Amino acid sequence: MSQEQIELITIDALLEKVRAKKSQGCRLVQISATQLPGQIELTYSFDLNSQLSNLRLSLPGEEPHLPSISSIYLCAILYENEIHDLFGVQVAGIAIDFKGKFYKTAIKFPFASAKIPCASSAAAPAAGAAACAINPDATPK
Amino acid sequence: MGYFEMSKLALKWALTKPPTTRYPFEPRQPIAGSRGQIVFTKDNCVYCTVCAKKCPTGALVVNRAEKKWVIDRLRCINCGYCAEICPKKSLTMVEGHGSPAVTRDREFH
Amino acid sequence: MARTVIPFGPQHPVLPEPIHLDLVVEDEKVVQALPSIGFIHRGLEKLAETKDYIDFVYVAERICGICSFIHGQTYCQAIETIMNIPVPPRALYLRTVWGEFSRIHSHLLWLGLMADGMGFENLFMHSWRVREKVLNIIEATTGGRVIFGSCKVGGVRRDINADTIKTILKDLDEIEKDLQGITKVFLNDRSVKARLCGIGVLSKQEAWDLGCVGPTLRGSGVAQDMRDQGYAAFKDIPVEPVTRTEGDCYARCAVRCEELFRSVNIIRQAFAKIPEGEIAVKVTGNPTGETITRTEQPRGEVVYHLKANGTKNLQRFRVRTPTFANLPAMLKVLPGCDLADVPMIVLTIDPCISCTER
Ligand code: SF4
Ligand code: SF4
Repeated sequence: MSQEQIELITIDALLEKVRAKKSQGCRLVQISATQLPGQIELTYSFDLNSQLSNLRLSLPGEEPHLPSISSIYLCAILYENEIHDLFGVQVAGIAIDFKGKFYKTAIKFPFASAKIPCASSAAAPAAGAAACAINPDATPK
Repeated sequence: MGYFEMSKLALKWALTKPPTTRYPFEPRQPIAGSRGQIVFTKDNCVYCTVCAKKCPTGALVVNRAEKKWVIDRLRCINCGYCAEICPKKSLTMVEGHGSPAVTRDREFH
Repeated sequence: MARTVIPFGPQHPVLPEPIHLDLVVEDEKVVQALPSIGFIHRGLEKLAETKDYIDFVYVAERICGICSFIHGQTYCQAIETIMNIPVPPRALYLRTVWGEFSRIHSHLLWLGLMADGMGFENLFMHSWRVREKVLNIIEATTGGRVIFGSCKVGGVRRDINADTIKTILKDLDEIEKDLQGITKVFLNDRSVKARLCGIGVLSKQEAWDLGCVGPTLRGSGVAQDMRDQGYAAFKDIPVEPVTRTEGDCYARCAVRCEELFRSVNIIRQAFAKIPEGEIAVKVTGNPTGETITRTEQPRGEVVYHLKANGTKNLQRFRVRTPTFANLPAMLKVLPGCDLADVPMIVLTIDPCISCTER
């Protein structure tokens, strides 16, 4: 992906930039989070006339906070709840806040650490279970 | 707004032979080109472990020292990569489906 | 009027997949709908961090059982963009053909479920009868019925030879005739119209603001279809988005009916233009870089965000599936409808919950 499509912004400028996108008539395509060492990177993608443009910001890895954009784009509620449930980012002021009940995961914030969460109970989520069991007992009887 | 739009279609199919088969009594004919399932021929195998390395799901385990080839059928997705890569042609994909299983048993060869 | 909360789902006769709605009703009118999903979160995105990126295409295909091929294709396209792999043109054409077959089978599945949802069992059976013919073609050419497994990074795994193309084209004529028979009922029948017209109306502006995609967006009059961005063979085969302006359940149904015939035409054009040559290139090395790839699935636009850092595992694999984008629309149109229309409205966005949660 070429760099000019991504605009790096700071967290304070987020709402203002998103409002500008809204007034241009953009559609919110997605919000995605990426866990990087020591930080969480968020990408907001917008579509206008089938052209993609992105806003990117970094959050600190410890106790990340984020203002909600759901007052501008209502459909952001799902993305923001998802980011909260999987990455543990506290999003303030979501229009419909599921308070961590959006995804019913066995482990709290499963995507928040670099290592694969591996619950020992039978209720382990599939990713953990599959990752743990990729190499079953290697010596055949 | 149309009335009785469906009746023509319904009438036509009421008078033709059903497109379905009476399944448990009439087995389904396998379609040529379907991936089917993996069959292992013990005689050619040299236990090189290439198939086990290539398998994307980890369904195969090959032990060279003990000359053992093991497949976990419930993990296998019938992708056919092992059959493509086997240097001795001891793995083949054959038509038809395996029998259903209720326990996770591994097949040892 | 006292308010009552009626739980709807996750197990419900019209819902093949688990979504739960708390419907707040006043008399027979819904005044508020609160969804909850998350019953089947599998964490597939995290799995990318432990699996080889070449093997991961199998996991990508299994995100959804219906759009499976296009998931695999989008994943491969994303990796190919990052690594700058020149995919042979024949492979691109074959992907297009299979992608359109999967669109036909998905739309037929949906039409069947729709007919079933409104209690039109006969029409449901006929939709699936036609779908079976499409599935047979898919099985004969790729080896699988719904999980095709024929796409890989760098190309495709199987070729379709000239004789098979001839038989497929002959079968397509027959399928098209069948499609005309059933879509005529969907579009004209009095009972179908009575059940769908004027229900769940979503205006053009609302659909756009709520971030809808696919037939939900096009049914409200926005002509957006990712295929006209020219991925795979669509750079040679122009696609005109199908739109309707009513924005109700009937419009969304009509968009899908029309798209069936467009897909048949795309397959015909692709077979007419398909170039000879290789079907795959060898892929070496590991990806480094980032991309956001979008393609059009039967349910709408899918977004893949991939980030790779030069190891054989991806750093981030993120999928925004079409249903995820269409859920807000459902929440918007449910308040104000009759309780009996809820299943229809939920069905017309073609919800696929397992891919929503991945
Ligand atoms: S690749 Fe073939 S020869 Fe080698 S271990 Fe597997 S089955 Fe045996
Ligand atoms: S068919 Fe595929 S999944 Fe099954 S054993 Fe062979 S390589 Fe593994």
